Amino acid sequence: MSFFSHLGKYFIMLKGMISKPENSKLYWKEFMHQCSEIGIGSLGIVCIISIFMGAVSALQTAYQITSPFVSKLIIAQIIRDTVILEFAPTLICIVLAGVVGSKIASELGNMRVSEQIDAIEIMGINSKTYLILPKIAAALITIPMLVVLAMVLGIYGGRITVDLSGIISTETYDRGLIELFKPYNVFFAMMKAYTFAFIVSSIPAYFGYYVKGGSLEIGRNSTKSVVVTCVVILFADYILAALLL
Amino acid sequence: MIEFKNISKRFDDKQVLQDVSHIMYSGKTNLIIGTSGSGKTVLQKCLVGLYEVDQGEIIYDGLSFTKMNDEEKKMLRQQIGMLFQGSALFDSMTVEGNVKFPLDMFTKDKESEKIKKVNEVLERVNLVGTNKKLPSQLSGGMKKRVGIARAIVLNPKFLFCDEPNSGLDPQTSMLIDKLIHDVTIEFNMTTIINTHDMNSVMEIGNNIIYLKDGKKEWTGNSKDIIFSENKNLNDFIFASEFLQDAKQMRMLEANGKKI
Repeated sequence: MSFFSHLGKYFIMLKGMISKPENSKLYWKEFMHQCSEIGIGSLGIVCIISIFMGAVSALQTAYQITSPFVSKLIIAQIIRDTVILEFAPTLICIVLAGVVGSKIASELGNMRVSEQIDAIEIMGINSKTYLILPKIAAALITIPMLVVLAMVLGIYGGRITVDLSGIISTETYDRGLIELFKPYNVFFAMMKAYTFAFIVSSIPAYFGYYVKGGSLEIGRNSTKSVVVTCVVILFADYILAALLL
Repeated sequence: MIEFKNISKRFDDKQVLQDVSHIMYSGKTNLIIGTSGSGKTVLQKCLVGLYEVDQGEIIYDGLSFTKMNDEEKKMLRQQIGMLFQGSALFDSMTVEGNVKFPLDMFTKDKESEKIKKVNEVLERVNLVGTNKKLPSQLSGGMKKRVGIARAIVLNPKFLFCDEPNSGLDPQTSMLIDKLIHDVTIEFNMTTIINTHDMNSVMEIGNNIIYLKDGKKEWTGNSKDIIFSENKNLNDFIFASEFLQDAKQMRMLEANGKKI
């Protein structure tokens, strides 16, 4: 299948999921379930990665800034901006492509192969609306929240590290965080978070929903969905940076 | 009643169904039989709209399914129940959750009424007390029965069963056949069963269509099969010597001769 066939089928899938829910209560329940699966389910890994990425960037920034003429405040500013602009939205979403994306692809793939999706269709339910829309909506709500959490924890991880390793004092670090702070950077990061959240949920949903074959194909499509999602995230990252910065 | 006229379906360069026409009657167990790859499942999936037909017309109680828009198809599908070959139960839900799912989706009944209805259909399929079990904790036969319970919980007018006996022992197969046959009469449904199980054919086949290479080869009922001289059908139905002997005995029996 060519790239354009996939692209066309992907947009048809997105169009197909926009329909009136048969029973809003059940859809709400499914949406909340997905919020819990995606948001709460990824909380642990996001916390660990965020703290360590802040800690490592603190050490590496301090390692490179050796000149006595450069203000120590700049260490905090570099950590703050790299975490907000790149690490929190992009790195976390790439991790989520693996954690959440593969789960979505394999879950839908398994439902397709075991005819559960057909069973839903036969009942007169739009399977795309019932199965895909709540996942995308939940990702759009929870992933930006995770990104904000990653920003806070990343900066906090840097703070702990500079303090423990004696690079700068926490007072200097805090002063550096406030100085030359641009709120636009947070807006930009949130734009990225929403875009990536959509990519992380919709691309694996496409690969899972249209699986053909058996368990081997579920595995293959799951892996393929993670790879494609990561590439699309990086591509979108570049486009957004070029357009908005 | 479901009528289909000149149904054709092709996948890439393979013609799976070719000009298949037949009428499936309500209150009867209508069977689609044929060897593996003969097009039974594709025909059934075309009838329920999971596959679009390339050519032909499908009519449900006088309404053309092929001419319906998506919304009308959705409404009609609420009157269709389907039992899948692998049961297609939702893994994450309990037996009760699976059977209650159509009720949750399409009715505004109180929770207690829904549970009552679920218990009624579970009793009907002899699965009392399994409400809280997950599909992974059930045997193949039990899964099929949960599938039947889910399919009939909304009292559908049309019931489709795709190889309901596959992977089941002969005794459980007979129980499933009897159950499908009984609910068909009880609810006056139009039941369409895909099978290549000969016991089912002989026991519950009120109206049978035999497919060969995607074409309608023969049609009749279980009694007609005994006297059929269609070579392909005989080769398929009475494949073993044992079954050929059984056919001879049935023929003698039907002709009033002593066996």
